[in-house]
Amino acid sequence: MDKRIPAVIGIAALAAVPQLGLGNYHLHLLITVLIWGFVYTSWSVMGRFGMVSLGHGAFLGVGAYVVTMLWNSYGLTPWLGIPAAVAMSMVMALLVGYPCFRFRIVGHYFALVTLALGEVVRLTIVGLRDQTGGSLGMTVTAVPDGTSLLALQFGERTVFFYVALLVWLFGLWVWRVVDRSMLRYALEASSEDEDAAASVGVNVTRAKLAITMLSAAMTTLGGALYAQYQMYINPETVSGIGISLQIVFAVIAGGLFTQLGPTVGAMFTLLLAETLRVSFGHDIHGLDGTVYGLLLVLFIIYMPKGITGSLAALLTRGRAEPGAPAAGLAPSR
Amino acid sequence: MFDTFLLESVINGILLGGVLALLALGLNLIFGVIDVVWICYAELVMIGMYAIWWLHVYYGVPLPGAIVSAVMVVALMGVLLHRLVIEPVLGKPPINQLLVTGGVLFFLQAAATLAFGIEFRNLGLRMPVVEFGDMFFSFARLLAFGTALAGVLLLWLFLTRSYLGTAIRAISQDREIMPLMGVDPRRIYLITSAIGGGMAGVAASLLVLQYDVHPAIGLSFGPITFMICVMGGLGNMLGGFLAAFVFAQFISVGGYFFQIEWGYVIAFAFFIAMMFIRPKGLFSR
Amino acid sequence: MSAAPMLEVRGVSAGYGTFRALFDVSLEVRAGEAVAVIGPNGAGKTTLLRVISKIIAPTAGDVVMEGTPLGPVPAHRVVELGIAHVPEHRRLFPRLTVEENLRMGAFHPAARAKFRERLDFVYELFPRMKERRNQAAGTMSGGEQQMCAIGRALMSGPKLLLMDEPSAGLAPVIVQQVFNLVKRIRAEGYTVLIVEQNIQQVLQVVDRAYLLEVGTIKQSGSSAELLASPEIRRAYLGL
Repeated sequence: MDKRIPAVIGIAALAAVPQLGLGNYHLHLLITVLIWGFVYTSWSVMGRFGMVSLGHGAFLGVGAYVVTMLWNSYGLTPWLGIPAAVAMSMVMALLVGYPCFRFRIVGHYFALVTLALGEVVRLTIVGLRDQTGGSLGMTVTAVPDGTSLLALQFGERTVFFYVALLVWLFGLWVWRVVDRSMLRYALEASSEDEDAAASVGVNVTRAKLAITMLSAAMTTLGGALYAQYQMYINPETVSGIGISLQIVFAVIAGGLFTQLGPTVGAMFTLLLAETLRVSFGHDIHGLDGTVYGLLLVLFIIYMPKGITGSLAALLTRGRAEPGAPAAGLAPSR
Repeated sequence: MFDTFLLESVINGILLGGVLALLALGLNLIFGVIDVVWICYAELVMIGMYAIWWLHVYYGVPLPGAIVSAVMVVALMGVLLHRLVIEPVLGKPPINQLLVTGGVLFFLQAAATLAFGIEFRNLGLRMPVVEFGDMFFSFARLLAFGTALAGVLLLWLFLTRSYLGTAIRAISQDREIMPLMGVDPRRIYLITSAIGGGMAGVAASLLVLQYDVHPAIGLSFGPITFMICVMGGLGNMLGGFLAAFVFAQFISVGGYFFQIEWGYVIAFAFFIAMMFIRPKGLFSR
Repeated sequence: MSAAPMLEVRGVSAGYGTFRALFDVSLEVRAGEAVAVIGPNGAGKTTLLRVISKIIAPTAGDVVMEGTPLGPVPAHRVVELGIAHVPEHRRLFPRLTVEENLRMGAFHPAARAKFRERLDFVYELFPRMKERRNQAAGTMSGGEQQMCAIGRALMSGPKLLLMDEPSAGLAPVIVQQVFNLVKRIRAEGYTVLIVEQNIQQVLQVVDRAYLLEVGTIKQSGSSAELLASPEIRRAYLGL
């Protein structure tokens, strides 16, 4: 049987979902899962090779803020704003990535360097408070009738659903292309043993830079999409350490080494947050977060392969999963 | 032209450096000995600040008593963190160890929200201002600086003069042979975690004199602490100590010329620039 | 000679994961003796010493020190029973000073009380260590590091000294010095169990030896007997 058939059926089923007459709330949940699923997939494109970035909030923040600022202040359409933001993120990724990969900054060091990058962007946003509204956040200026292709604003949630669906599918496609590319073998070789990889002619620095810039570009697109959908952004929700960690955790919860893992992570974390919110309400501040934090800790200790990874391990028990290190999320140093 | 305000900023930067040095030292100790980064380190400090506030304002415990109790509470939390969270992942990839403490970060932040709400709390102390020439310094900052230096000195004496301290330094160099010395590595790790936690508790007592406490306060000085440790060379305590003063100058003087966020931005940008030049830390051997 | 041996290894088997390095090994060391375990690389000599000091647990058998079975003793308490281990490759703490390394040897409570006394003893035995006491141990020469490693073991006040390949990785001139050190340790009254590949030289300084090959004891006897054994002469001494 052609392996593509289930995928086509799945996509068709997803595309038909808005026709089922879902309420706004459920449609909103779906769109949120698609947007974050895309962002998490973007992170996992590099995270799966042991490059654990704790600073993807930087790229998310650039995507959200650059596009919104260009639109609000200069009326520049997101169709141009997004490429500008993407270019900016890629330059940032290059600037930070190059010394890291050139000097083999890995593991703890790499994580902490990227964490700094996320903070720089968050603080820059706060510091530019005259233009960005600082920590109060900013609202995307809406077009008069709520819908404009030029402004990438859609009053209809259904339309936005299809936009998000397309972007999410694009993310999965990129994941697959990387999964099947020579780049993957180069990077896997390098995450096992960088010297050995270099000795067989793999340009480790270049391979890592390419994948990092790709991941940054995708995350930026995700940030822009988020801003266009929410129409309100704030430095804490799109940049800084909090969101950066949230990205990593969702991917781990879902599974780092499978195509749908990050999306499952998005679903899982959203459903968890919603369930906790609905059952405890807003009266008890922090209870949902407490449970969430506890679950994260338990996940990493007892289920480091995530939901999809553990399922896959159950299904293919006995067979070693190619590409996935046997124990844990990243190959050890 | 002599700028008094600039000099004041420089001196305030030095004072801030002392507290940052103390913060970085605890984290560096944990990293150097156990080879784990406590991403939730600043949250332990936050818990310490709440403990002091709660004991002092809520229960009327005199400040010194509240501080001593809080240091002990945070030290105990360090032990629990090691025992419950770090030990199960000790043999796992280092990134899992990093992230598991990130989970603790979320947990502590939310738990503090649950217990104390999101309001900003302070001790309501009125600390005198010290005047020196045309410059003004907060007494709390001077006190913090002095205590931080004393703490650093005490830790250094402990690590170099005592059997236990020597064992703590030795275990980071060769863990496997520690039992041959009659040392139980597990016990050393727990003691180190207690000391690291205790340092966070001391830092908490210095910060709570100057700043309001709220559940997200860890995020405001956590990242800077990590940068200091990386720039000093993770695990290199002397390097971390010096880097703290470098960073504090950026924040204080940068904040003097621009706004406080820009001080941080410049410090971080400097940090990233340094990664090009000294990738293994400013003071790497 | 007293009736019960100081150290008894009884039917020990051990390994790493699925790899088995020792098969039912038994040997004994009497108080005041110097005993060698000789054999080629990979015979299981280091594993044997690691079992005795409990760095690894045996899969079968036990080790008894002066009547105390080591089975239930935690690894870090073995040294309190009077067993000190000079590990393979010396394993000093390279960034600690010589004196700090010696201090680590005296970590257990009973040894701390006698730290000064034993430090003087070690410095008397190795005046070079006294000269270098504030130098980082990792910066010394191989021979000096070996002195420091032996000194560190002596700081615990042992009855039995386990030495793992003390001559490995040293220049030939230094090797001779190291074996002279072993002689001096013996003369100080310590009981010694030494593991060596350098068979010719180690048999000059010990009373008895066991030949270990692929994890089993193949021969044992006095040094003179082993030196005269045709197999050993042919396989190990190239005669």
